Amino acid sequence: MLDQTQQNTLPPAPGVGYKPQHYAAILSDPGPVGWLEIHAENYMGDGGRPIAQLRHLSERFPISVHGVGLSIGGEGRLDPDHLARLRHLCDWLQPASFSEHLAWSTHDSAFLNDLLPLPYTSETLLRVADHIDQLQQALARPMLLENPSSYLAFAESTWSEPEFLAEIAHRTGCGLLLDVNNVFVSATNLGFSPQGYIDAFPLDRVGEIHLAGHDTDHDDHGAPLLIDSHGREVADPVWTLFDYTLARSGPRPALIEWDNDVPDWPTLAAEAARAAHALALVPA
Amino acid sequence: MTRQAQFHAAILDPAQPAPPGLTDGQNRPAGRRFSVYRNNVTHSLTEALEQTFPVIRKLIGAEGFARLARAYLRAHPPASPVLSRYGASFPAFLDGFEPLAHLGYLGDTARLERALVDSYHAADAASLDPAVFSETAPDALPGLRLTLAPSVRLVRSAWPIHAIYRFNTEDGAPQPPATPQDVLITRPDYDPRPRLLPPGGATFVTALFQGHALGQAAGTATETAPDFDLAAALGLLLSDNALIHATLDSPE
Amino acid sequence: MSNPIKTAALLGAVATALATHATTASAAEQEKCYGVALAGQNDCKAGAGTSCAGSSTVDYQGNAWKLVDKGTCATMELPAMADGTARMGSLEELDRDLPQS
Repeated sequence: MLDQTQQNTLPPAPGVGYKPQHYAAILSDPGPVGWLEIHAENYMGDGGRPIAQLRHLSERFPISVHGVGLSIGGEGRLDPDHLARLRHLCDWLQPASFSEHLAWSTHDSAFLNDLLPLPYTSETLLRVADHIDQLQQALARPMLLENPSSYLAFAESTWSEPEFLAEIAHRTGCGLLLDVNNVFVSATNLGFSPQGYIDAFPLDRVGEIHLAGHDTDHDDHGAPLLIDSHGREVADPVWTLFDYTLARSGPRPALIEWDNDVPDWPTLAAEAARAAHALALVPA
Repeated sequence: MTRQAQFHAAILDPAQPAPPGLTDGQNRPAGRRFSVYRNNVTHSLTEALEQTFPVIRKLIGAEGFARLARAYLRAHPPASPVLSRYGASFPAFLDGFEPLAHLGYLGDTARLERALVDSYHAADAASLDPAVFSETAPDALPGLRLTLAPSVRLVRSAWPIHAIYRFNTEDGAPQPPATPQDVLITRPDYDPRPRLLPPGGATFVTALFQGHALGQAAGTATETAPDFDLAAALGLLLSDNALIHATLDSPE
Repeated sequence: MSNPIKTAALLGAVATALATHATTASAAEQEKCYGVALAGQNDCKAGAGTSCAGSSTVDYQGNAWKLVDKGTCATMELPAMADGTARMGSLEELDRDLPQS
């Protein structure tokens, strides 16, 4: 079992999801941003500008590598080629943190490019724990596992999500990435209390927090259906839930994710400043 | 059928019903909530194809491209999570796509776009010091074997793909001529450049790719195109940092 | 196998290529990083909610493909090639068996 505090060295400061159009602005005026997160799969080419930019950024900022394609919840075995690519990236970059999702995306060698949902059963738990063991061994470092956004529930689920994640962390020694926007989105969509979710969450395992904007749609019954779009400012109730979380967890590295309709750097830096303000109010 | 087999099938085929046993968390059927996943998959893979094939999108329009992308991604979802590689079979799919068969140049234009993205992500390599030519004994020069940079790609076509590419990416570019065009993609630093090759140029570069020595490659090119301009071809490769290595045949 | 080019011609061409090759100092790597970068294609975002993009079926027939008229293919003139039938004689024999690169 690996100790999750051992190699997660992100500072308890705001970070942002890195977008290449912000390269020059980040280097000249990072503002409150103390670290950057990249999507692992965007840096799996053999060379060129993406790799060169990342190399330079890593000399200035701690980097968090966030995988979006491993399919940890997949029914099949983990893709050995992809494990090798992740290992190669972590070997040369030596990131401050590595994280992935409680989700699946590959079935029968088709990569569907979405974080697809899992039923929370003991069968799923064994499979996910086994895949996390494999990943942590391949990377020789502990990982953080992120809670998903949910749009539906499985009739066969027998575990609540916080209990499910706590049990996986306990079994594998992995840390957790708590996406506060995902909690709010899932709570609204499935009708549970977001504060109750935070209360049940093993906050001592949390190595990173995510914040993002969401869109609003509706289901067949006219009930609000929030979509994890990452395409706008973080919503006010999500900031409130962030404060609620920090008051219980203490300061944590907190990331602003903005992937759709990416704004200019000052707009993104302003979101990071808001996170910095919230972090500053929390006693360490 | 496993859960994930159900999802896989229903996501890629909207004629199928959503998988059973899905709820809204309040014991009511999930209904259209499942279509969030169908949308995410369709939308995100369409976007990935748009990023790699912007000229195809411009040629057939955004709506036409979205329909084409849907047909392609349902038949050929990515085999790897690295999406910068997605669409390797898209040019061949276009070649065989009956509704667009009247636009015969789409396949090769897509080959050019796919090769540009491959070049963008290819390995870096230090370029050849041109001094190697002057330092090689004149009678040994024909035996010099030149290695092309990992970012170099060659796309040959019976269509004017270089001009089609320019017409759709440069303001005021001229109408494409009715001539076949071969394109060499070079990457002098980090930005791939599509270079129109003169007659014989593609034969010359192909010979270099195949490991033939300079004299042999130039001879083959001259046979294909009597007016092949070796000085111009070499000049292009040198100025675009397209050569990385030179070795001499050991004497026999 | 074809005959190698005459050494004298080769020497002349190499000399010309070298003479016209201006050895411009390549930009420092740091500097080259600032150029326009392609957006990463792996993202972590949801698409368009419950809109119909993922649910609509593709119509392979008829008028649906009239949509392509909204693209530049409608304004681009490809004389004698535009209908895809005039693939210029000898070019059909173009060697498509290109090396893996």
